[in-house]
Amino acid sequence: MRYLPHTSQEIKEMLAVVGQDDLEALFDPIPAGCRRQGLNLPAALSEWELDAHMDQLAGGNAVAPGAKVYVGAGSYSHFIPAVVPYLAGRGEFLTAYTPYQPEISQGTLQAIYEYQTLACRLMGTEVATASHYDGATALAEALLMAVRKTGRPRVAVSRLVHPHYRQVAATYLHPAGYEMLELPARPDGTTDLAALERAGEVAALAVQSPNFFGCIEDLAAAAAAAQGGGALMVAGFTEALAYGLLRSPGSLGADIVCGEGQSLGLPQSFGGPGLGMLGSRQALVRSLPGRLVGRTVDQEGRPGFVLTLATREQHIRRERATSNICTNNGHCALRAAIYMAALGGTGFARLARLNHDKAEYLKGKLAAAGHPIPFGAPTFNEFVVRLPDGFEAVHRRLQQEGIVAGLPLACDYPELGGCYLLCATETASRQDLDRLVKEVSS
Amino acid sequence: MTATPGTTGLILDEPLLWERGRSGRCGASLPPADVPESPLDPALCGEGPSFPDLSEVDLVRHFTRLSTWNFGVDTGFYPLGSCTMKYNPKTHERQAALAGFAAAHPLLPESLCQGALELIWALERDLAEITGMDAVSLQPAAGAHGELAGMLVIHACHRHHGAARSRILIPDTAHGTNPASAALCGYEPVAVASGPQGVLRPEDVAALMDEETAGIMITNPNTLGLFETQIQQIAAIVHAKGGLVYCDGANMNAVMGIVDMKAIGVDVIHLNLHKTFATPHGGGGPGSGPICVTAELAPFLPVPRVVRQGDGLRLAHAAERPLSIGRMGAFHGHFGVMVRAYSYIRSMGAEGLRRASTLAVLNANYLRCRLKDLFHLPYDRPCMHECVFSDRHQAPQHVTTLDMAKRLMDHGFHPPTIYFPLVVPGAIMIEPTETESKEDLDRFVAAMAAIAAEAGQDPETVRTAPHRTKVRRLDEVRAARKPCLAG
Repeated sequence: MRYLPHTSQEIKEMLAVVGQDDLEALFDPIPAGCRRQGLNLPAALSEWELDAHMDQLAGGNAVAPGAKVYVGAGSYSHFIPAVVPYLAGRGEFLTAYTPYQPEISQGTLQAIYEYQTLACRLMGTEVATASHYDGATALAEALLMAVRKTGRPRVAVSRLVHPHYRQVAATYLHPAGYEMLELPARPDGTTDLAALERAGEVAALAVQSPNFFGCIEDLAAAAAAAQGGGALMVAGFTEALAYGLLRSPGSLGADIVCGEGQSLGLPQSFGGPGLGMLGSRQALVRSLPGRLVGRTVDQEGRPGFVLTLATREQHIRRERATSNICTNNGHCALRAAIYMAALGGTGFARLARLNHDKAEYLKGKLAAAGHPIPFGAPTFNEFVVRLPDGFEAVHRRLQQEGIVAGLPLACDYPELGGCYLLCATETASRQDLDRLVKEVSS
Repeated sequence: MTATPGTTGLILDEPLLWERGRSGRCGASLPPADVPESPLDPALCGEGPSFPDLSEVDLVRHFTRLSTWNFGVDTGFYPLGSCTMKYNPKTHERQAALAGFAAAHPLLPESLCQGALELIWALERDLAEITGMDAVSLQPAAGAHGELAGMLVIHACHRHHGAARSRILIPDTAHGTNPASAALCGYEPVAVASGPQGVLRPEDVAALMDEETAGIMITNPNTLGLFETQIQQIAAIVHAKGGLVYCDGANMNAVMGIVDMKAIGVDVIHLNLHKTFATPHGGGGPGSGPICVTAELAPFLPVPRVVRQGDGLRLAHAAERPLSIGRMGAFHGHFGVMVRAYSYIRSMGAEGLRRASTLAVLNANYLRCRLKDLFHLPYDRPCMHECVFSDRHQAPQHVTTLDMAKRLMDHGFHPPTIYFPLVVPGAIMIEPTETESKEDLDRFVAAMAAIAAEAGQDPETVRTAPHRTKVRRLDEVRAARKPCLAG
């Protein structure tokens, strides 16, 4: 096996040092009743055979360019410049552990500090953590943080937050006895903030913008409503690119901002690994879950970076930590930093604008073809459309041609039978979009 | 110094990202705007984030230089205890980057993602076989996330059978994530002291176990690198009171194909694909922390589950899995990491995995025997995948574990894990893994011997190490007192 360097001569020499006659004797401390007799696994493959096997498995999934998938809903198709995987793939980044020894980890540490900085500029926060697993767990952690900070056991979450994110938040909150209230939607596709007044005292109000229907929420009004009742405003997102065009959640008054950074140069990869982004106001920094990199100096006064504020974390604080997180998604944060720097402020804003315009083009064409757009609020790069009765059959037929004409909403929103969530990013050409409208209307 | 060069050579300086570049540059190619510009209410629009504008060359030089300040497994020996820093095969990167995996949308209709579902299904089966358990969920995103999922499964099981219990037993050798994960379920951790031999004693567990206690979280092999020899008796005591046994499988690399986790009484175990199954640590993740459970606990696993139906695979959601703890992440877990771990298992086969564990244990015992005359070995017994020394012999010279760890950097090695486990003051926890050759281990022993000698002859040089790295010891107090977390 090419990963195992030992020769039989070396094994003999090493066993002599250890004082054993054979390799099996190394396991003498393990009682007989604990042993496993042989594993039943497929035979080992050579590198050639592995390539063929994996090509075959990968071929069982519908991806561009053969397939056209007009679905976002938390995972977005964006072009990834070759420079991103090239740089992130350098072994010095990829094969290092968490930077606990800063003298030989300055590459990771400076890159994460740069990521934190760019993430702050994107989200409009004063601090950002080094990463979480994904947008859903970042929301769950943000809600737990609000519960700890306010001492209130209930949170209010908009029904227009991604359904999977709400399910993850419930997984995290319910066993410890915390309650999650749902705020309903208004007819224009945004959150009914008036319902917050009826909810009573809560630790946090969580609103996603753009929300699951792609609609842009009034975060300033949400923040005012939350903070007026002594709650923390938690602003979420699934499409980080939106803030190339829209005002940032932090600038609109959010106390905590959390979301998914997959759009920042990460492959969709069947949903993971993504990038959980989480930031807040400076005043909340000691309550934040997750790792933070800080700038300091070495003993000769040269600038350098370290993991800091570790007294919040599990390896110091154990059961009183602000989170149990240890390994996070650091390499995804590095990729995001490279991507944000590759686009630059100018490129990022232009790309966001293009995404908006593509989706508006599709929305306009569908509306012109007679398909109602049920929600009037402005959207970013995805939106809801109501398609005619019997469209399910067309949706299935198009799938066979490799076209996924949106995500049916009825299973998560039973009141929206016949409604589909469609997404168009810069990867869809005008020709693609024209064909989609034609197929959907046929 | 040993003859081996440590950090001689060229280390280039590099400013912060935003100190490079000029406004108006762009390092990426944007597609042409083939649709008309569409108006958006200016009140909604911001100015866009103030990212620096760089050329592609600026970008490449910047991150290439940063990378050279890092030490990875690709750079050299990385004996970080409990972290299993084994070699990360390069073919895994090829497989994970295949468009059919990398570009797959997580909400594809089931008929259009059979390849991805097949991989998840097969990897679950493989991990069940390797551990001896019955059912697996790949959804947890990292080890601590797997611990949380496992604790939630235990919590849900107790609640289903009547009463949620309030306490959980956790040995004093446990990783900090164990109590933190248990606390998220509302459990109060109760510490169990390990015995004089470095393993748990059944009588200590029996004295604490009662019907208010949900179970025990036990790391096996434990963080001293020792197999918990009384595990079956301990499991029987916990089970007799209706409790469940959670095993932290961070150290599974010692016992693949050797130990049957179900036979030893484990109800739930998490694995770290980024340790045992050779996926890269990425400078702090992404990892993957699957949980493997007994058939009794399978109904509580996170949703969605991949299930076979006829010739194909489909996803079973919460409606068909009413006892499930729910969803742990937005989609299916860290699929990109699963592709790599699956590739590893297929490349190694059953014999290869067993061989890997065997040689990992050989390497650890070899270092234990070679180093025990130089450093204090608190538990002088055959070990599994790692061994734990302390700085007791160097204490008279006022040379600490931290000092010696820093000095190792000057010799070109990543230091071991230090000051953990907490039961060994000044712990030096060494896990070589199976992918290191005898000559690399011998070079490491020579460096450790040189440092031990230097601690006697020239302790000041050790105390002020490292001397040859890009930066020297950093002011961590200043970093925490006046946090500067963004530029």
